[in-house]
Amino acid sequence: MKLPFLPEVASTLGERVDALFAAVALVTGAVALAVVALLVIFALKYRRGSRADRRRAPEAVRLRIERRLEVAWIGIPMLLFSAAFAWAAALYFDHAAPPDGALEIAVVAKQWMWKLQHATGQREIDELHVPVGIPVKLVMTSQDAIHSFYIPAFRLKQDVLPGRYTVLWFTATHAGEYHLFCAEYCGTDHSRMIGRVVALDPAQFQRWLAANNAEPTMAARGEALFGALGCGGCHGPGSAVRAPPLEGLYGRPVALADGRTVTADERYLRDAILLPAKEVVAGYAPVMPSFSGQIPEGDLLDLIAYLKRVT
Amino acid sequence: MTLWSWLSTHDHKRIALLYAISITAFFFIGGAAATLMRIELATPAGDVVSAETYNKLFTMHGVIMVWFFLIPSIPATLGNFLVPLMIGARDLAFPRLNLTSWYLYVAGGLFTLAALLLGGVDTGWTFYTPFSTLYSNTHVIAVVTGVFIAGFSSILTGLNFIVTIHKLRAPGLTWFRLPLFIWAHYATSVILVLATPVLAMTLTLLGIERLFHVGIFDPALGGDPLLFQHLFWFYSHPAVYIMILPAMGIVSEIIACFSRNPVFGYRSMAYAIIAIAGIGFLVWGHHMFVSGQAVYAGMIFSLLSFVVAIPSAIKVFNWTATLYKGTISFEAPMLYALGFVGLFMFGGLSGLFLAALALDVHLTDTYFVVAHFHYIMVGGSVSAYLGGIHFWWPKITGRMYPPKWAQFAAVLLFLGFNFTFFPQYLLGVEGMPRRYHEYAPEFQTLHVLSSAGAVILAIGYLLPLVYLTWSLTRGRKASANPWGATGLEWTVPSPPPVENFGETPIVTQEPYAYPPHAVSGGARRAAST
Repeated sequence: MKLPFLPEVASTLGERVDALFAAVALVTGAVALAVVALLVIFALKYRRGSRADRRRAPEAVRLRIERRLEVAWIGIPMLLFSAAFAWAAALYFDHAAPPDGALEIAVVAKQWMWKLQHATGQREIDELHVPVGIPVKLVMTSQDAIHSFYIPAFRLKQDVLPGRYTVLWFTATHAGEYHLFCAEYCGTDHSRMIGRVVALDPAQFQRWLAANNAEPTMAARGEALFGALGCGGCHGPGSAVRAPPLEGLYGRPVALADGRTVTADERYLRDAILLPAKEVVAGYAPVMPSFSGQIPEGDLLDLIAYLKRVT
Repeated sequence: MTLWSWLSTHDHKRIALLYAISITAFFFIGGAAATLMRIELATPAGDVVSAETYNKLFTMHGVIMVWFFLIPSIPATLGNFLVPLMIGARDLAFPRLNLTSWYLYVAGGLFTLAALLLGGVDTGWTFYTPFSTLYSNTHVIAVVTGVFIAGFSSILTGLNFIVTIHKLRAPGLTWFRLPLFIWAHYATSVILVLATPVLAMTLTLLGIERLFHVGIFDPALGGDPLLFQHLFWFYSHPAVYIMILPAMGIVSEIIACFSRNPVFGYRSMAYAIIAIAGIGFLVWGHHMFVSGQAVYAGMIFSLLSFVVAIPSAIKVFNWTATLYKGTISFEAPMLYALGFVGLFMFGGLSGLFLAALALDVHLTDTYFVVAHFHYIMVGGSVSAYLGGIHFWWPKITGRMYPPKWAQFAAVLLFLGFNFTFFPQYLLGVEGMPRRYHEYAPEFQTLHVLSSAGAVILAIGYLLPLVYLTWSLTRGRKASANPWGATGLEWTVPSPPPVENFGETPIVTQEPYAYPPHAVSGGARRAAST
């Protein structure tokens, strides 16, 4: 159901956000009305020259009433606020981690465009095609300033930062075209860093993928890069240099030389390539050279896509 | 009465007037930038100014309004004038330091203004990295330097007020006999002294990275861009309370006076001020719910943001209850104060939407946020500032202004304000991002409404400038206490003599002892034990 003034809603999260919005709007609206009504009533009733009853209860009685009133208007807001906090936080927490098996799409933001690439290789600029009813996970990074990926119809927004990956996920509920905005100010053409998200029925989405599959998949591009950058020289089978094996690495816990254990997620893989001295795998010498500044963000995402597939 | 006698004065009252003139100038410069933005936004296409110019305009509007109008507005003018008078002192504790504050403010202001006019800066008033350190090719360093200098003016004013309120209160003026205006200025001063140095450090770090390429915020150099946001909001969220607490102080004075009632729940009003100032330091992360901050950090900042709303709610309810069984008159100051209560409440309630995590994800960085903080900063702080100016104008200048014109301007401003900013809430809910030079056509109707409201608002701001200036020479002479208000400042002539008090007053009464509901100190204490 679309609420007045809210834009059309087209994601599973959006419907839940709108219900919360309506509840908060109703309660705050009621409080605002009550206070304004009291202000107006008091202002009129007790205006100078009116013959309203201004006799006071005795001091002791009045102070007791004052205290009770104050306890009431501390206690009641506290209850309402707790409820609003809990509802909103639960929804936020619930949506924090993307579900397993979500369709992954890589996003690279730059002044002033959105570059998107599907795992199957299709590339788009300022336009994103997604299927309805299937969870979609965007792995995003920026090549320059901070940007923010905002789809009002999905009620979702996530800043896109240089030097790290942030994740946004959603499940579209209705086919259609929706605004995509950059919501974090990023310089001259910030207001032109816009585009659209096109949600298609799954069958149509497959047809769209098939019609646009001129490019190799991300993992294939990553595999080519893996060779071109000479990664196999150390990480490949039968290499003379002792380097950690990459097979089945993604998603696994990795024991580090400093005693910590981290999960081999996108962030870990990125840092391992760009800042190899940061997290050295236990039992290995820190001999890997840094590739910082040598691999464009898009290529890095291809490489990671390849590493995820290596088994 | 030479110019030099003003520029070298140590009299807190004259320094207050120096501030009043300077911040008024900055207000109209910041307002001019806003006017150009509202003209541009009347149509979806960017057709009046270029994108670069538009970005420089909203940056200039923000920088000037925040640091050169709102932060000094009430404390440096009305606070400077009234703190010594309200506590029965001859001046602030450090009169020379007070003058130094003004010079620092002017130096920072002129420096910033020159940088803004000779090329400008396009980072937004928030100077987010790495845009400000790596990608903006505008005058970032110059503007940041100006803000840095002005910060020391804030710190020194805060220090001066703290010492003055501790050490120079008249005999008998205990902490719980202080007007709430003083409580508010005390809490504000503590924030000024504790938070402003963090701004200075943050801007220094920004300068170091931009000039010397030391990796602090830039990830390519091993820095963290979110660190800047944490540091910036650690200052800038408490700064919101620097802007609103003094306004709350003014409104308490005015509502008590024009309803002829003591402020309802005086002690909880004082405690609420302290609570807001304290908890206000712990909520900065609510500006960063979609920034990539940890999920659990977001939840804690959300909870604390709801907590800080409770003392604000108490204040709104207590002001409303102060009207009960009062004898209410609607002079211009009271119209501003009542307008404040409504607009502040509205701004505060919209803040609850932004404190609620899942709603903030949709609303943050949209016009909803723009509307929210303008309701607090303009509907709240500026309304209270104008209310205060109208309340103490007779005391400050010794003249009365034309009351009907003043009432008309107050109503016009209230209407113009809502007309301008209410549509912006709806724009935000519909998903219109802020800081957009161009926008999608479906947002135009609401933008046109907002721009039309801004015309009314502009007229509303020009009116007091005209009739208040007129009243300086033509206004009726004011008596010592034209409103029949309580408070020590009303016991001295209007305008007050240089030494303020012929002899040090001795305070024996509770605050806001308005007849016929006068409450004696003994009775109240007896009843509360």
